[in-house]
Amino acid sequence: MRQTSHMNDFMSLYRDMLLIRRFEEKSAEMYALAKIAGFLHLYIGQEAVAVGCIAATQPEDYIISSYRDHGHCLARGSDPKRVMAELFGKATGLCKGKGGSMHLIDVERNFMGGYAIVGGHLPLAVGLAFAAQYKKEDRVVLCFFGDGAIPSGHAHEAFNLAALWKLPVIFICENNRYGMGTPISREMVLYKDVVERAKAHGIDAEQIDGMDVLAVRKVMQRVIGQVRQDPQPYFIEALTYRFMGHSMSDPAHGQYRTREEVSDARKNDPLCLLKEHIQKDGNVTDDVFTRVEHEIETLVGESLTFAEQSPFPTATSLHEDVYIAE
Amino acid sequence: MLMTYREALNQAMREEMQRDDRVFLIGEEVGYYQGAFKVSKGFVEEFGPERVRDTPITEAGFTGLAIGAAMAGLRPIVELMTFNFGILAMDQIVNNAAKVRYMSGGQLSVPMVIRGPGSAAHQLAAQHSQSLEAWFCHVPGVKVIAPATPYDAKGLLKSAIRDENPILFIEAQLLYGTKGEMTEDEYTVPIGKADVKRPGHDVTLVAYSKMLLLSLEAAEDLAEEGIEAEVIDLRTLRPLDVDTVAESVKKTGRLVIIEEGWKFAGLGAQIADSVYSKVYDDLDGPIVRVTGEDVPMPYTRPLEDLAIPDKARIIAAVKQVL
Repeated sequence: MRQTSHMNDFMSLYRDMLLIRRFEEKSAEMYALAKIAGFLHLYIGQEAVAVGCIAATQPEDYIISSYRDHGHCLARGSDPKRVMAELFGKATGLCKGKGGSMHLIDVERNFMGGYAIVGGHLPLAVGLAFAAQYKKEDRVVLCFFGDGAIPSGHAHEAFNLAALWKLPVIFICENNRYGMGTPISREMVLYKDVVERAKAHGIDAEQIDGMDVLAVRKVMQRVIGQVRQDPQPYFIEALTYRFMGHSMSDPAHGQYRTREEVSDARKNDPLCLLKEHIQKDGNVTDDVFTRVEHEIETLVGESLTFAEQSPFPTATSLHEDVYIAE
Repeated sequence: MLMTYREALNQAMREEMQRDDRVFLIGEEVGYYQGAFKVSKGFVEEFGPERVRDTPITEAGFTGLAIGAAMAGLRPIVELMTFNFGILAMDQIVNNAAKVRYMSGGQLSVPMVIRGPGSAAHQLAAQHSQSLEAWFCHVPGVKVIAPATPYDAKGLLKSAIRDENPILFIEAQLLYGTKGEMTEDEYTVPIGKADVKRPGHDVTLVAYSKMLLLSLEAAEDLAEEGIEAEVIDLRTLRPLDVDTVAESVKKTGRLVIIEEGWKFAGLGAQIADSVYSKVYDDLDGPIVRVTGEDVPMPYTRPLEDLAIPDKARIIAAVKQVL
């Protein structure tokens, strides 16, 4: 069967989202087997945001994220083997096992990291944009964070500085409706319109459907182009939903959201939405999807094998990387 | 040639900014106001507002911004109007600046200097008189410097700006106007090396920043009584030059540590511990600490004087161990 390049493009987005989905499902399994420890915050349900946004970037653009960072890291093209090895705490991990799930960092891909103090990385993002402006580089910064970061002081200080100095940073608020277990309505007065928060700082802002990867990418292509052309911050509120709990220690539903709410949200699964779109619009058979499933399954399987077989860091590495020696 | 501590800092930054385009100064009032304490006098005129960046009052924001800029290859100098306000940036310093190198497995680095005055001036009350160096020294991943003389201030600031690691560089308002001998030649002072500011053989006094000057004065008085104190200026607080102190204590057998900060969990406790493990056999008496009182700084002068170490207390401490 021949496919148009258009369809190849859609399939590539589908593939990227599927990689995140299957990779994280496998991580959750490994967490249950105690192969992965600590905190593990899954991105399942939100894949369209990372994939759609990052698909619109250039390799030299900086990406920075919060502790829920697997999706952004994989969407940026980091080697799933080294990501899985990092979750396993192995020496072959992206950060030699020193970062873990919440601190995936891949500087070669300008993925500047996952940060785990809510709101704390927004000033860093502004600093990356400041450096781009200072060095007259043609880069933009994509800064991902959750709705829980919006009330923080760090966020507002970052918004103000970015707006004041017209820095090329795009703030992407992934509004999944809960800051951990607290619904956004109990976090913010202006919860119905998070974008108003950004506008109050003089930053142009818009709300998008974060479950529709094509819509996300389309908006981001326009916004990134605009910011590149005429540097200044921009704010995106991507409406999304996490299908799993806040972290592995939190059930998907129970205390703060109902089973019905979660299953309703799952009807909007970003992977299903794109799959339906591709099937409806293009002449793509089930075989193609099966092939992609197999490809991803193999990739995730290889990542797992790599992580399992890799060595833990040696004791000597404990004191390495604290300082740079002169 | 005599020069003030303030001028020495100004020269250090100016020379390094002339030498390296990646170096920029950012903070409150550093530009058109010429610096809250006039340390950056003439900078905005020489380097322009892009490299001498006035900020709103937003320590967490601009410190975090500088960390991000350093991660992207620039070499920021952050001026904190005082280190008391650094508390607002503590999360950025501790959770980001100090850790990104480690968390990234060595991929990222944060070559930056955060500088400004610490400790008490005159009657600035509880929120503007703190000596917080022990807080910063507690954190692996940062270096902490607290020079006492104009010569060291210039040489160490130049080294700090060239260093690849995040550095807290703690000055003092009461030092800005003090004068010291300077050389005209370009020089740097190595980080992590203490300096024997006065040789002696009866007792070792260890101090830094303002307390170093006070210790030297105390040593002069003691000399009149025939007591020769060796006075060591730590200059760098982390990494601590334990060897230089230990060498001195092996000679004198007595150690008095002087610091302006609070006693409980203060830096002197760490210095005592680090030195003791190297010299316990050579000690002829207990290690004595002269510290600030464990109270928030009072405003009124008589009480403020009681809260801060003075010469008499240093002399009394020395006599206690002799």
